[in-house]
Amino acid sequence: MTESNERRVVSVIVVNEASVLSRITNLFSGRGYNITSLTVAPIPDSKYSRLTIVTAGSVRVIEQITKQLHKLIPVLRVYEHCDMVEKEMALVKFPVTENLTDIDTLCRAYNGKIVNSSENVVIAMVADEPHRVDNFLSVIKRYNPKEIVRSGAVALER
Amino acid sequence: MQISGAQMVIEAFIAEGVTTVFGYPGGAIMNVYDEIYKQDGFEHILTRHEQAAIHAAEGYAKASGKVGVAMITSGPGFTNAVTGLADAYMDSIPLVVISGQVPMSLIGTDGFQEIDAIGISRPCTKHNYLVTDAKDLPRILKEAFYIANSGRPGPVHVDIPKDVTAQIEEFNYDIELDLETYKPHTRGNPRQIKKAMEAIAKARRPLFYLGGGIINSNASYEVRALVQKTQIPAVETFMARGVLAHDDPHLISMLGMHGSYAANMAMSETDLVIALGARFDDRVTGKLSEFAKNADVIHVDIDPASISKLVNADYPIVGDVKSVVNDMLESADIVDPTRYEGWRETISNFDELHPLTYYEDSERIKPQWVIERVGQLLGDDANISTDVGQHQMWAAQFYPYTRPRQWISSGGLGTMGFGFPAAMGVKVASPDKISINFTGDGSILMNCQELMTAVEKKIPVINIILNNNYLGMVRQWQTLFYDKRHSETDLSVQPDFVKLSEAFGGIGYRVTTKEEFDAALKDAVEKNIVAFIDVVVERHENVMPMVPAGGSLFNMMLLEKKETK
Repeated sequence: MTESNERRVVSVIVVNEASVLSRITNLFSGRGYNITSLTVAPIPDSKYSRLTIVTAGSVRVIEQITKQLHKLIPVLRVYEHCDMVEKEMALVKFPVTENLTDIDTLCRAYNGKIVNSSENVVIAMVADEPHRVDNFLSVIKRYNPKEIVRSGAVALER
Repeated sequence: MQISGAQMVIEAFIAEGVTTVFGYPGGAIMNVYDEIYKQDGFEHILTRHEQAAIHAAEGYAKASGKVGVAMITSGPGFTNAVTGLADAYMDSIPLVVISGQVPMSLIGTDGFQEIDAIGISRPCTKHNYLVTDAKDLPRILKEAFYIANSGRPGPVHVDIPKDVTAQIEEFNYDIELDLETYKPHTRGNPRQIKKAMEAIAKARRPLFYLGGGIINSNASYEVRALVQKTQIPAVETFMARGVLAHDDPHLISMLGMHGSYAANMAMSETDLVIALGARFDDRVTGKLSEFAKNADVIHVDIDPASISKLVNADYPIVGDVKSVVNDMLESADIVDPTRYEGWRETISNFDELHPLTYYEDSERIKPQWVIERVGQLLGDDANISTDVGQHQMWAAQFYPYTRPRQWISSGGLGTMGFGFPAAMGVKVASPDKISINFTGDGSILMNCQELMTAVEKKIPVINIILNNNYLGMVRQWQTLFYDKRHSETDLSVQPDFVKLSEAFGGIGYRVTTKEEFDAALKDAVEKNIVAFIDVVVERHENVMPMVPAGGSLFNMMLLEKKETK
């Protein structure tokens, strides 16, 4: 059994009810598990929401996380992803004085574009695999980004 | 019918067959107490502290197998109850605990006696609810009772704002529960069970590792049959005392930190651990990497999260122990009991080498003697509760348990102050048995106000204080691991326990000889009112054997051998 701390993506289907999110996050903090990112939204036309949690841990820890999540009463299903399509979005604010052509070209390489401009700044968005978003964010450092926000990952099993 | 939220609580209790509620009133829960005043469907027992109300409900639940019910108010009423909730959570005790909350309009305003109760109880309950509309109350109460006592049992907390208990709505308790997300497994996978039985038939040195889940699942008599049929030796956890009778020849003893030498050696040498409703707690396993090192593991548990949490299970079986053991019994014919004769002999040699015992080498009464003596005098006629500390371990080691639900103690959380109120709940649930609480001079002061409850409600708990003028277990660790620096554990200054009991209207005895003890116990049983028996015992006795925290089971500190017993 490997004890290395691998990155894992877990999807959780929960009943949409008060305090369900704190049940999940309490479980992680109470048992000493990590949350790298967490994305939540209601599933259309149902009483459920879907959470995508990016975490890290050994095989045994991930197995415990899955089982403990499943033990929570409002949790319907837990998926530990292995073969998935995973995407994350990022928004970045640049000064309008930077080279906007470069920025736009870069964004397009990462499934994105400039989505808003105002007197002093433009806002660009990209949507790609999390490690590609990492790449993008390191490449655009030279254009003096003023503010960066990442959405956290969403994933679907193939 | 159209009734108030408060009336709904009463109606739901009656529909659930609740006969006793332990509780303490206060501002936010007054609407419900007003309805309690008007009804005669169940008895309410007023404890003198909210913590004691929860422990009493725990004792009641453990002795009866039914859901224990307690009721408290908001704010400090609730926070006082948290220790009890945590205790019930750690020991998987089915409870429904109702708390009052400030009215909805005040929630979030730091109102008087407002605290985020469900935020606090979340990590120490199986589930909890904040009721925001009385329309939801029938469903929530029904779910609460069902969740508490199904699957792996546990406490469920329902927090009800004061205006919700006043709200009038339609009440219909005859509803089907629709818990799509909660469906506990009960039947074990038949193929896994078959494979496990084959592994047992092939093993040379198999060992039953019996846990408290057997008692929760009411499976003790099925387990006894399986042990009898296969003749495989068995060790019990602290929580499982009474699953096998003390004189069952297959029972080695308790294992773990204060388990017997033979039990711990058997666990170290077995080639197949058959874990039934046990969770491989650190007080049981000692150093994990050395635990049952050469063994495969069959693990039967209703909680999938318990399986392979700490020790990898080669044969995981998720299911109710009772159902799984019944299935195992069906295919137990493939096991040849004669196969393990050598193994049984090995274990009895271990036991002869270092039996669980103590020496009468002091002027003062030995604490273990008191436990054994009560066992001789009362045996099966008593239910045994304990507080936490040395006395608790001696009670686990030396009392001759004959049946499940005879032994009631705080295992997982280790809550001092548990014993007396729990023993009250035990007595209420099981009035035909004598309710004994073994306690220490430290623990008893943590809930001694319950003398008042016991006197008022005529609950004749006999509290036997093994008084060594120390916080004995901490003193033992200080002696062994802190170079005898007895920091803040000397309890030389203490109350007159006889007068203390008498001040509330109970009886008290101070005992320094064995004859006095026999006379006091006999008198207390006859008088049939709450009693303190303050037994002056040897001050420096240690609980032995002992596996130091984090040590390996086979590396025990043993009782120093002496000539005479």
